[in-house]
Amino acid sequence: MSKATIVVGLDGSEAGARALAFAQSQAKQIGDCSVTVCYVIEWSPFTFQTKEENEQRHKRREEELQRAHEVVLDPAVSDVQAQGIEVEGIVRHGDAADILEEVAKKRGAHQIVVGRVGERGLKRLFGGVTGRLVAGSSVPVTIIP
Amino acid sequence: MNKLFTIFMAACASLLPGLAAAQEATGLDERINQIFADYTGWYVSFIFAPLPGTNFSWIALWLVVGALVFTVYFGAIQLKGFWHSIQLVRGDYSDPNDAGEVSHFQALATALSGTVGLGNIAGVAVAVSIGGPGATFWMVVAGLFGMATKFTECTLGVKYRNEYPDGHVSGGPMYYITKGFSERGLPLGGFMAVLFSIFTILGALGGGNMFQANQAHAQLAGVLGDYPGWITGVVLAGVTFAVIAGGLKSIARVTEKIVPFMGIFYVLVSILILLINWDMIGWAFGQIFMGAFTGLGVVGGFTGALIQGFRRAAFSNEAGIGSAAIAHSAVRTKEPVTEGYVALLEPFIDTVVICTMTALVIVISGVLNQDPATGLYIWNEEAGRIATEGDVSGVALTSAAYARAFSWFPILLMVAVVLFAFSTMISWSYYGLKAWTYLFGEGAMKELVFKIIFCLFIVIGAAASLGPVIDFSDAMLFSMAIVNIIALYFLMPIVKRELNSYVARLRSGEIVKHK
Repeated sequence: MSKATIVVGLDGSEAGARALAFAQSQAKQIGDCSVTVCYVIEWSPFTFQTKEENEQRHKRREEELQRAHEVVLDPAVSDVQAQGIEVEGIVRHGDAADILEEVAKKRGAHQIVVGRVGERGLKRLFGGVTGRLVAGSSVPVTIIP
Repeated sequence: MNKLFTIFMAACASLLPGLAAAQEATGLDERINQIFADYTGWYVSFIFAPLPGTNFSWIALWLVVGALVFTVYFGAIQLKGFWHSIQLVRGDYSDPNDAGEVSHFQALATALSGTVGLGNIAGVAVAVSIGGPGATFWMVVAGLFGMATKFTECTLGVKYRNEYPDGHVSGGPMYYITKGFSERGLPLGGFMAVLFSIFTILGALGGGNMFQANQAHAQLAGVLGDYPGWITGVVLAGVTFAVIAGGLKSIARVTEKIVPFMGIFYVLVSILILLINWDMIGWAFGQIFMGAFTGLGVVGGFTGALIQGFRRAAFSNEAGIGSAAIAHSAVRTKEPVTEGYVALLEPFIDTVVICTMTALVIVISGVLNQDPATGLYIWNEEAGRIATEGDVSGVALTSAAYARAFSWFPILLMVAVVLFAFSTMISWSYYGLKAWTYLFGEGAMKELVFKIIFCLFIVIGAAASLGPVIDFSDAMLFSMAIVNIIALYFLMPIVKRELNSYVARLRSGEIVKHK
């Protein structure tokens, strides 16, 4: 079997950090295992925008990507690297559940690790990101409380 | 923001006494009208002049002939490419690596919010009451052909837009006229672009602003009872200024989100009314088809129906005016043709779907008086249209037709009209601004000057009944179409080349589906 991969979903929160820590310890135990750190910027192509928003969109997107790298992804990647684990960092726009699943599938990952975000109200009713991820994932999902 | 607002309110305050005085004495009102009529009347008469021996204005023919030429030249792209357009909007061909950029759906929705509005509600009522139900048929025909015009202008809009180092974009006819003409070695590109920009600024202040403010006030006063127009004007201007200059983006966002739902709700209510009266739909279509070729008692008969249909379609979907090309150019696609495909859905949604709904409901409701013996419509000589229930026309006629089914509808329609007018004004402030910056260059101060002028015109539009001024601005809107369509004729070979290359790569499998 080829090298094992764990995909970790980050959201810049405490729970995300716990998920990352868990993935690191798992990777170490497995031995020959790489970690793919994934940060998704929530975005949908089916929203209604103003003309100015459209005009500025490309600029905003670049800023969002840069910020995601600076604040969340790059620190996480260097953190994993420091542990001597092979790591890859991904930032994408879209629906977090869809993208985590897609990344895991493409990399042939053997599990996805995400932190549990306390969701209230409507989001809980309709199932937040973690709920939809569990419902649709093709690989095992570990949720870190 | 506060400073800006103070400047604006001061400007408003300085204008108010004049307006109030104008309303009381009507002296200033009349003087402005007179000055405008004297200096611009000849131009307005020229633009709306009928073809010799008919009452068919040549400008409507200009738009329809243009649409026909593009339809033939691109091999009925609106039929052949319809399904591909829908696939593009669904995102089937969107590269996942481009996620986060403006999607085709977003560009379409944004452009539609500028066109779906009073034209679909008031314009259709005018067309049907003057041209009879048959006008609907010709409106749909004009809408179907107009799809090819939108395809052409929006492809060019994306192809020749300006991209600035900081990543923002500016596009539209003024950019494709200058760049496209110099690319083809044609003269006068710069001159035509400047001309187009001037027409756009004046059209934005008139049809895209004063007319909207005026109609919004008329609808509010109709439902709530009469009150001075400047109150509506100042409130609308204040909110608009806060949005376009003050960075109160939240209002713009809320509007952009409510307006599409208003549009969808309007269509749903229409469908509901049609379902309730399902047994009359066949009859209504019969009236539309018969009226299209006989007139059914309408003065002018068959041509009367045709003229009204063509005119209102042009007013409603703006195909050929060039405004949509400005809105669509924000999309960051490697293939300009894809944006053309998406844009051709606009006249379909606006005219073929929404306008037809309004027309069917008006016909079915029976607000148009018909002679039961002959089946012909009764002509009101004095008003120059079919006699209607309650003797109303425009928005009020649509309102009356829908009220037959749902008594609460006029209140909903009032909210819809004000919101549609507001979103059309925001859209046109953007189009006007793009023309302004094309002429004077980009810069915060220069842009602010235009925004202040724009908002002052809202107050004027709502407060005064400046007929000649509004006629003039309508003429400007159509002047945009003269310059734009001439340019499209010269530039259509470029679009053809883009289209052929795109279709070839689509067939060869070089362009792949991502979903």
